[in-house]
Amino acid sequence: MTCEELVEFLSRYLDGDLQEAERGVFEKHLQDCPPCEVYLDSFKEAIRLGREVCVGEDCEDMPESLVKAILAARSASREGER
Amino acid sequence: MDADERQLVEGLRAGDEAAFETVVRRHGGRMLSVARRILRDEAEAEEAVQEAFLQLHRKAAGFREESLLSTWLHRVVVNAALMRIRRRKSRPEESIEEHLPRFASNGHHAATVAPWKGADEVLAARETRELVREAIDSLPETHRTVLMLRDIEELSTREAAELLELSENAVKVRLHRARLALRELLDRRFRRTEA
Repeated sequence: MTCEELVEFLSRYLDGDLQEAERGVFEKHLQDCPPCEVYLDSFKEAIRLGREVCVGEDCEDMPESLVKAILAARSASREGER
Repeated sequence: MDADERQLVEGLRAGDEAAFETVVRRHGGRMLSVARRILRDEAEAEEAVQEAFLQLHRKAAGFREESLLSTWLHRVVVNAALMRIRRRKSRPEESIEEHLPRFASNGHHAATVAPWKGADEVLAARETRELVREAIDSLPETHRTVLMLRDIEELSTREAAELLELSENAVKVRLHRARLALRELLDRRFRRTEA
């Protein structure tokens, strides 16, 4: 397995989609290739950072204007149903 | 579903306005966060949330008790956000190819692979968080959307494929390329510099 081939299988490896034999070949390459081991670490870190930053933007607050707009839209919809 | 939620769902089914308002206030903030992440536009995010709650109003009578309300609302707002993305005027999308890693003819990495700085060190600065956000936002929209649905919203491949009207294989390919591109975009800033 080349480094390029390993990189192609990274997501499948992390998502648990590799067959046992494939995983064996993959892990053997990792053992023998320090750059790929480092690449895997940074690949996992990129995914984790993305999740942490995006979820870190989460907010429980709802603008009162939006609440009112939603309730008004519901009332208008009910009027239309009558 | 706990007793409190069961009571809310009963109220929704009966068309009770107070129950509806409670659901809006209890779940709306999180739904707005989800819509913001996907749409990156405050006005569109608010409209997607409004559409999602209108759907709740229309479908409340048939709401099945087995589904958790929060799960259902999450899916509806994701779908509303994706519909808005589809309605946006299509503009030429840059190719993801330029963000993918390069390899030599023998299959080895073309550039030196260097370890990254530790996460705490990286995320401490607000500008660093903005940098990660910018990297995600710079991905071509088709790939960014898949990344958001799978890695951020944690939908399954099947769920993402249904919402995006793609095959599961297409979702897997796009997700992988999005992850690779994100890694490459961040690599420049996060790699440890030589002492």
